[in-house]
Amino acid sequence: MSFVKELSKGIIKENPIFVIVLGMCPTLAVTSSVQNGIGMGLAATFVLICSNIIISLIKNITPEKIRIPIYITVIAAFVSIVDMAMAAYVPGLHKSLGLFIPLIVVNCIILGRAEAFASKNNMLASLADGIGMGLGFTLSLVVVAAIREILGAGTFAGIAVMPKTYEPMLVAILAPGAFITLGFLMALMNMMKEKK
Amino acid sequence: MKDKYIVSSAPHVHDKTTIPMVMWNVVIALIPALVFAVYYWGLRALVLTLLGAISAVVTEAAIQKLRKVPVSVSDGSAFLTGLLLAYNIHAGAPLWLPIAGSVFAIAIGKQVFGGLGTNPVNPALLGRAFLLASWPTLMTAGWVKPRTGTLSGISNVDDIALNLQSVSPKAYELVTGATPLKVVQSLRDSSFVASINSSATEGVDIANRIFTNITEMNSLKNLFWGNIGGCIGEVSAFALLLGAAYLLYKNIIEWRIPLFYVGTVFVLSFLFGPIKGSGYSMMLPFFHIFSGGLMLGAFFMATDYTTTPLTKNGRIVFAIGCGLLTMVIRLVGGYPEGVSYSILFMNVMTPLIDKFTVPKAFGRIKK
Repeated sequence: MSFVKELSKGIIKENPIFVIVLGMCPTLAVTSSVQNGIGMGLAATFVLICSNIIISLIKNITPEKIRIPIYITVIAAFVSIVDMAMAAYVPGLHKSLGLFIPLIVVNCIILGRAEAFASKNNMLASLADGIGMGLGFTLSLVVVAAIREILGAGTFAGIAVMPKTYEPMLVAILAPGAFITLGFLMALMNMMKEKK
Repeated sequence: MKDKYIVSSAPHVHDKTTIPMVMWNVVIALIPALVFAVYYWGLRALVLTLLGAISAVVTEAAIQKLRKVPVSVSDGSAFLTGLLLAYNIHAGAPLWLPIAGSVFAIAIGKQVFGGLGTNPVNPALLGRAFLLASWPTLMTAGWVKPRTGTLSGISNVDDIALNLQSVSPKAYELVTGATPLKVVQSLRDSSFVASINSSATEGVDIANRIFTNITEMNSLKNLFWGNIGGCIGEVSAFALLLGAAYLLYKNIIEWRIPLFYVGTVFVLSFLFGPIKGSGYSMMLPFFHIFSGGLMLGAFFMATDYTTTPLTKNGRIVFAIGCGLLTMVIRLVGGYPEGVSYSILFMNVMTPLIDKFTVPKAFGRIKK
């Protein structure tokens, strides 16, 4: 169980969005622009790394029966830090992500990694898992957001990339666009996996 | 023993009907509507229609090649989808619009789900919903006047217009610049009526005058022949009924869905259609059944085999649901027309309807 292996699995092989299919709510809701995707991804990554470390450290003193409330409390503490830090330093992004920052508390990826990994592994492996899963999550959000933003607004991270004559396909930045993009990317991942 | 007993699974009754025969017959039935469209809007209507149909066929063939399944575009189903999609676009639309719609309709509405017979909703309508969500201004603005008439279909528009132009520029703009259903929707909107004239009673009076005009005999004739602004294939109720009669005669579509769909719209528009100040009128239900996409939807889209219930009672439920939703959208919703969304919605309900309308097996005693 090497550090690098734990770190890299989250990016493709066990990608939290396309393979484990966790954290669908932020994936569908905030990926209408690349900035939102990066912001959401990094905020969740920070929380995930910190909560994984703490939870793996306290795993021996955590009573089995109330472990979920304890995980949630740990996660909520870091989410509050992120929430306040973002409100202070990136108010614009904080405003556009809105409710989805506090909702990181109940993000399935973070709770899922706490339950499935951090509570069973040592601190170093949990750190690697947190970084890998966080980056995998961020990367997936950016890919979904890039496709949606380019098609739906003709821009990439706010910079115009399509020719002036392009009529933005609005549906891509609406809810159906999120589902369709996600579906196609998942199909693509499955296709690549089958070919191997 | 000479007799041969063959044991086989259902279906036991066979018929010479084939998929290509059904599809190409529906295409034939849609031709009169195209003839009328070309008469009203010239060759551009034909070009848009062909672009829609051909790009649907090309998309289907390309995807079937990619999926490594037999290419079945000669069965006409993709052509029909493209044709129906183009019929949902108005003649002033850019040429790429039907292409974008057809590619989406076939790729995401049909092939993603496995192709003909496995799509959950009508692909042509899904394509239209996609276009409306993606490019709302291109889909709902820039209506082109038919060569021989007006956008709103009001027969004596000049008469009212001359009067209106001085009394209320806003009402004048409405009767000359909107399609029939949009006019009626605006007249139902109390804030619009209040803005017609500085005097509230005068505003209601003008609204009622326009309302009476749009539902009187000559305006209804315009609606029936399609001498109004609208989408390429939906305007002429006459042409669509002609095609529908052919399909009914050929036993390709069944009477239940169109009858109950149009019937529900008829009854509901009589009961709930009048605007403030106008009384019940027998003209109003006729206005509602001949306007918008109802004829196209009821006879050609709500009768699609794949996406509608299998059972006869189920079809009646389906059709009444379509009619109810159409009228809810038209009378209280945000869009002037609701045919496409109501059919899409009922398509999704189809498995549920089928589940609850399974007929009693022959000979079984009800407990």
